[in-house]
Amino acid sequence: MIIPKLAFRNLVGAGMKTWLNAAVLSMAYVAIIWTQGLYIGFDADVSRVMIETEYGGGQYWMEKYDPFDPFTLQDAHLPLAGPMQNLIIRGKATPILIVQGTLYPGGRILPVLLKGIDPEQKLLGIASSVLKATDHEIPALIGSRMAQTSGLKKGDFVTVRWRDANGTFDAKDLVIVEVMTTIDQGIDVGQVWLPLQTLQEMAKMTSQATIVVLDKNFGAAQAVSGWTFKGLDYLLKDIKDIIQGKTIGSSILYTILLFLAMLAIFNTQVLSIFKRRKEIGTMMALGFSRGKVIELFTFEGALQGVLAALVGAVYGIPLLAYTAIHGYGLPGNQGDNFGFAVSEKLYPTYSAGLVLGTTALVFIITTFVSFLPTRKIARLRPTDALRGKLR
Amino acid sequence: MENSVLIRTENLVKVYPMGEQSIVALDDVNLSFQKGEFAGLVGPSGSGKTTLLNILGSLDSPTRGSAWVLGEKVETLSHKRAAELRNRHIGFIFQTFNLLPVYSVYENVEFPLLLLGLSPPARKKAVMDALEWVHLAERAKSRPNQLSGGQSQRVAIARAVVKKPEIVLADEPTANLDAENSHHILRTMEDINRELRTTFVFSTHDDKVIQHLRRKISLLDGKVAKDEIMKPAEETLS
Repeated sequence: MIIPKLAFRNLVGAGMKTWLNAAVLSMAYVAIIWTQGLYIGFDADVSRVMIETEYGGGQYWMEKYDPFDPFTLQDAHLPLAGPMQNLIIRGKATPILIVQGTLYPGGRILPVLLKGIDPEQKLLGIASSVLKATDHEIPALIGSRMAQTSGLKKGDFVTVRWRDANGTFDAKDLVIVEVMTTIDQGIDVGQVWLPLQTLQEMAKMTSQATIVVLDKNFGAAQAVSGWTFKGLDYLLKDIKDIIQGKTIGSSILYTILLFLAMLAIFNTQVLSIFKRRKEIGTMMALGFSRGKVIELFTFEGALQGVLAALVGAVYGIPLLAYTAIHGYGLPGNQGDNFGFAVSEKLYPTYSAGLVLGTTALVFIITTFVSFLPTRKIARLRPTDALRGKLR
Repeated sequence: MENSVLIRTENLVKVYPMGEQSIVALDDVNLSFQKGEFAGLVGPSGSGKTTLLNILGSLDSPTRGSAWVLGEKVETLSHKRAAELRNRHIGFIFQTFNLLPVYSVYENVEFPLLLLGLSPPARKKAVMDALEWVHLAERAKSRPNQLSGGQSQRVAIARAVVKKPEIVLADEPTANLDAENSHHILRTMEDINRELRTTFVFSTHDDKVIQHLRRKISLLDGKVAKDEIMKPAEETLS
């Protein structure tokens, strides 16, 4: 127990230098936990929003439907199969019909996706209830981004043209009954939401749909002929990949941060050994073996890591708890820059694994970095050390 | 080797390589020190005093010849064994005191005892006894930077004798002290020598120290030029 005791005495005795080191290292702890927590929270938030507003518990896609190929939309519709009808009646699923169309706002031509949704549905977080019985023949709901792009606002009439199941083009005026604000661009940009039945009639696709969204608490989906089930793993994969990419970016950043903190520790340790070489010599004269001196200096470094964790805890816990509770607001309209649903406020998530893992990682690296310069001591002769020489 | 002989050297040679040349710091030194001696290595700078003390303290090893300390052959000791020997049996006093700066007086004196694995009550008693010997018990909580040179050297003496070693090696212990403090320090060491029968070997060229020596070994260019008894031991120490 002598080494921990002496290391503790040395750290306490070093006073301000110890606290400065601990403060710098603690910043690395807190920053790493904060950024990683932010990305974990980011991931959870994005997944939650996408599930609530777009993906539900998974989707059945009409097998010809390819969201990345608009030409498939012409044929991507099918009458709802029996099992699906049952789910829809029980409120466990909601169908969406997707038809390609064109808007003509203010004399401009704007290609859009016309999406038919049941106004009574409660499965997705879309304000579809505004499409319930209105005086208008074609009530339409758009998102704020779409409103900005098209220059449309609530109450505006705009001509829409579409192609029905028979290949015939038709056009009518629709009215914007509501402009919804959503963080999910996937239900906003380039889209116009109409009552499902209205769109089915317009496109002559009675009782047909392109996709069927399942309730988010729905269990295992069964195979339905003509439809392909897409689970959340598939639907969220691209987003997860993007977040993963951003996490790697942040990992590089925190590796740099950690490297700088370690450089500070290494530098301090090298300086410390240089400055304390006479002390090392004295310790050797008093009976310390080289191994014990190495042990002492390494332990001091490790203890510095522990102290930094404690210092980090003092200001880090309130700081991290505050951001976890109140969220971290993205400046301006930054959320849209990510290309997927990002809340205006991100709520970092700090798991025990993250906190303990980071603490352990920093501790291990600190100990190792503290050990490296002590190898000089192994080559040090007591007489040289006592004279203040360091080879 | 007789029981009362604690230190013995035989044809001891120490050569320091300096580029293509070499410096002979010790040249065929044959000496022995008995239990309870109060002896000094006297000579000008570069005469080999410190080198000899370092070898006797197992901090260095000879180039040729042998040195036995408490029956251990210094040049054959491993680093670990040499450290053990120093810790258990040898106390050091340095010219520049070499107190550990972040420790209090108490902690500095306690340091060698920590390595010996003594219990806390035993350590406390030994530390306070040692501080009593050097009349610094009331400064136990002070830091080295709060002490005068004389007080610092007294703490260093307490640290050297706290474990009651058989041998204390003191390298120019009064070189940084004024006459009054030097006198106090030497009196303290004489008292300890008398009371604990500790063998003291000094290196010095300070006349004040030389006056207190009971045995004076004059070194010149690494050789023993003269080995003389200055005054008989005040007590039978063997």
